[in-house]
Amino acid sequence: MTLVYAGLTSHAPGMTGRAHMVENTNERDLLYAALDQQRQEIQDSGAEALIVVAAEHFANFFMDNMPAYCIGIGEYHVGPIEDPAWLKIEKTTIPGAPALAGAIAQEVLQSVDIAYAEEWKCDHGIMVPLHFLTPKYDLPIIPMNINCQGPPLTPLSRAWAFGEAVRRACDASSSKIALIGTGGISHWPATPDSGKINEAWDREFLDRLTRQDKAALLSYTDSETYQDAGQGGFEIRTHIAAAAAAGGPCHVQFYTANLPIFAVGCTVARFSVH
Amino acid sequence: MSLYQVQKLLYNLNRDEQCKEQYTNDKMTLLRSYDLTDDEREALSQGDIGLLYVMGVNGQILMHYAAFLGIEWFDYLELMRKGITEHGPVRAGVYAMTGGGRSFTKEREIS
Ligand SMILES: [Fe+2]
Repeated sequence: MTLVYAGLTSHAPGMTGRAHMVENTNERDLLYAALDQQRQEIQDSGAEALIVVAAEHFANFFMDNMPAYCIGIGEYHVGPIEDPAWLKIEKTTIPGAPALAGAIAQEVLQSVDIAYAEEWKCDHGIMVPLHFLTPKYDLPIIPMNINCQGPPLTPLSRAWAFGEAVRRACDASSSKIALIGTGGISHWPATPDSGKINEAWDREFLDRLTRQDKAALLSYTDSETYQDAGQGGFEIRTHIAAAAAAGGPCHVQFYTANLPIFAVGCTVARFSVH
Repeated sequence: MSLYQVQKLLYNLNRDEQCKEQYTNDKMTLLRSYDLTDDEREALSQGDIGLLYVMGVNGQILMHYAAFLGIEWFDYLELMRKGITEHGPVRAGVYAMTGGGRSFTKEREIS
């Protein structure tokens, strides 16, 4: 067993870029404290590399050739693609883990037809989690992307299968590996409805993760998700993949729907790795 | 309608420094290298966030473009609402406005 940590982290450009616009600074600081605890947990796990199961926003992939799943196996990654002043994260180079990532990709391919990429640009979907979790950008990162931007979308059952395959690949390695899934639950980002959050839907989704209710987690249809959780809700794929990789129940360490300027309900959680 | 081409231009612009340079220094050459309608070329030339939103440009692509143009957060949200008032509902994609134009964030003056 070499998956030494698995967790969930929300991402949103506002979490860094609009931190100064938050009215409820107490809630914001509780979020930041939870993220700092998560940083510590990853560090304490002894992880030698961090897999980030992300849902990117057109940093690498476009509709000319959109992979459902892609693993970054390059020597390094760069980001953010966004204006650093807007995101409030400086442009930087992040170490990759080419040998390990290549071996993981090879193993995952036994059951899931992924793409791979030796070049990877990170947008806020990866940069914001890393800003909090590996602020010195000194931990090798293996980015993995699930297309959550729009249809045709990979089914939730395949996101689960992808997570299981990643886990199998981790177990076949002698390296200590941490994994986070990063997405939003319900949200309507980058629309005039930015800040809209369906808290009840979020809490029900987190409850399904906590109960390890796979059937319930995979039962959402994309049209229901779009209706109840917005197009941002398609990103539950990253959480489902992380749950499948972990194999144990989710422990929600922090959740708030009270930071609408961040445009997402903010979650910090860890899984028992079984 | 060549929404795909509009988005492709913005995708490249958002992630590529050379493309940003060209947009800044020689916008017309950049715009000519994509298969755009006159309306689309005009919207991109003007940085017309409202119209591009209504055309159905993916919100993430449009948000990064608005940031590149230096548009402040609440102005950007307002430009999308204004686009809907002027041009009608979003015509394509999954980034439609669902909240009737109301704000879901408490707005505050920033010093
Ligand atoms: Fe996202």
